[in-house]
Amino acid sequence: MSDHDYTPKSKAGKWFNDRLPLLTLGAHLTDYPTPKNLNYWWTFGGILTFCLLTQIITGIVLAMHYVAHADLAFASVEHIMRDVNYGWLIRYIHSNGASMFFLAVYIHIFRSLFYGSYKSPREVIWIIGLLIYLLMMAAAFMGYVLPWGQMSFWGATVITNLFSAIPLVGESITTWLWGAYSVDNPTLNRFFSLHYLIPFLILGLVVLHIWALHVPGNNNPVGIDIKKPSKDTVPFHPYITIKDTFALLMFMIVFAGFVFFSPNVLGHSDNYIPANPLVTPAHIVPEWYLLPFYAILRSVPDKLGGVILMFGAIFILFVLPWLDTSKVRSAVFRPIYRQFYWIFVLDVLMLGYMGAMPAEGIYLVLARVGTIYYFAHFIIVMPVVGLLEKTDPIPMSISEPVLTGGADPALARKDNEKI
Amino acid sequence: MKRFNIKSLLFIITFLLASSAKLHSAGESTEPLKVDWSFKGVTGKFDRASLQRGFQVYKEVCSSCHSMQYLSYRNLGEPGGPEFSEQEVKAIAASVEITDGPDDQGEMFTRPGRPADKFKNPYPNVKASIAANGGAYPPDMSVLVKARPGGSNYIYSVLVGYEDPPAGVTLDDGVYYNKYMIGNKIKMSSPLSDDIVEYSDGTQATVDQMAKDVTTFLSWAAEPELEERHRTGVKVIIYLILLTTLVYLSMKKIWSRVDTEV
Repeated sequence: MSDHDYTPKSKAGKWFNDRLPLLTLGAHLTDYPTPKNLNYWWTFGGILTFCLLTQIITGIVLAMHYVAHADLAFASVEHIMRDVNYGWLIRYIHSNGASMFFLAVYIHIFRSLFYGSYKSPREVIWIIGLLIYLLMMAAAFMGYVLPWGQMSFWGATVITNLFSAIPLVGESITTWLWGAYSVDNPTLNRFFSLHYLIPFLILGLVVLHIWALHVPGNNNPVGIDIKKPSKDTVPFHPYITIKDTFALLMFMIVFAGFVFFSPNVLGHSDNYIPANPLVTPAHIVPEWYLLPFYAILRSVPDKLGGVILMFGAIFILFVLPWLDTSKVRSAVFRPIYRQFYWIFVLDVLMLGYMGAMPAEGIYLVLARVGTIYYFAHFIIVMPVVGLLEKTDPIPMSISEPVLTGGADPALARKDNEKI
Repeated sequence: MKRFNIKSLLFIITFLLASSAKLHSAGESTEPLKVDWSFKGVTGKFDRASLQRGFQVYKEVCSSCHSMQYLSYRNLGEPGGPEFSEQEVKAIAASVEITDGPDDQGEMFTRPGRPADKFKNPYPNVKASIAANGGAYPPDMSVLVKARPGGSNYIYSVLVGYEDPPAGVTLDDGVYYNKYMIGNKIKMSSPLSDDIVEYSDGTQATVDQMAKDVTTFLSWAAEPELEERHRTGVKVIIYLILLTTLVYLSMKKIWSRVDTEV
């Protein structure tokens, strides 16, 4: 059913829809033709929406009880944990929710990298997604500061000090960010304010992300353009809604496992020590989801160089659609790129590990190798492999996996397994 | 199947990294002892008698230096904790003198404690506690178990880990050797010795027994919601598994209309 054909059945519905076509939007979302071969890696978009809403709802409740003041913040968190009805549950959902949000977003991003979802005509979806990811990191970082524990305070000190690396104006910018001459009460206050703001900015970008998605429609594991609607597609409802719900429930089981049975395993024990500007922790480490970037930062001997590379590691993703020269989207049909993809995954995991270790000896050497490879993957591997690689034959459509060129049923079967 | 090899390589390396992470965190101090706590695991619960004995050790030994400012006396009677009776909680609270005020004349006054009062601090402020303890701050014990890597095992190990320094290690005055403490040096002298408290339930007050009891008490103090959390968690996960099964079956039925596997 095309969007233009929709007319509400009731008279009132028609009256309203003529003035604000919300019902047309609803019909569009229901009928939205979706490739029928999407695998479970495609369910993380819905899961991420759930994560965002969970964080917003639990966050609003927490903000009703939290006190953003350097002398009271730590105690107010303990008040939430001990005296607020189900405060422990709400806070543990919120703190573990941040980790689950990043777990889901990394799977979502790496899915896009494997199946080439960032390529034409979906570059804008990709870029909006990266903006969301940047805002997520900012929100998570500021949120981690709010309990005002030792890691909150020293993490904030390390990260805000990065801006002092900017030549000439660095020191002034850092003081301006702090609102003081060190991380202090004004810093905590503004971080709370921004931490409350950012999720709503993310929500706005999510709407744009989905809008931009609905223009070309979903990519799919085969990575080919499909006719919509056709026998290659299913209506979003009920097919995708039920599948997304199933995947979300599986995700929630893992989520609940963390919340109820090991709620502090993803955090750092030092954050249960109240912030003390006079005592520096032995190792200052960010939350796990920021570790690869922390490793890149510390692998450069020069402070400014480290900051540039760290931000560069994220900003290079913005030009990824133009660095990848391959015409074929899905790595399923790219035998060489596929190898490099997994090496890249390994490289990011290794960088994450190095970020958690002290920057010395073999850890520093490996962090440097990992950093160089990270950039080489985008600057050298992606353009060169795209040009030189001989890709596997691609099916004409999802329903008919007929191969162009030498039809080899065994190969087709193998490809289907991969998908 | 080259891709498969790279994938398995990935898992092997991740595993190796993860296991070496454990080695690294051991650092210079000895790995904490492992105790089979009753409150660990999915259905873990506190041992009520141990919590009550642990509170006695805290009150008679620890509380002369360590504060526990986020707990109230009423918490001692709440479900999931030591579960003292209402009368016992009132008596415990009444045994301390609380400074209250100012009254209508603007004067501060003292009164017996009430269950709603927070645990009384042994010192008027942090600086006083540092001055009275040779320059070392006796940390607040409310969330101490959560504030140390190794948690309950670590606290227990430190309590039983005092020994004479090995040859070649010299200690300043007021510094003690403890093999589980990070850096091996601690400014708290061994707080426990056999029969330093007299348990009313007849349990022999050995150092090991008291260390276990007080660690149990501190673990509850840090996570008073633990029993409710475990109980709710089991229910939530059973509910989610049932719902997931129903949704899975619905999904299979709906997708049977198209020629694609889900």
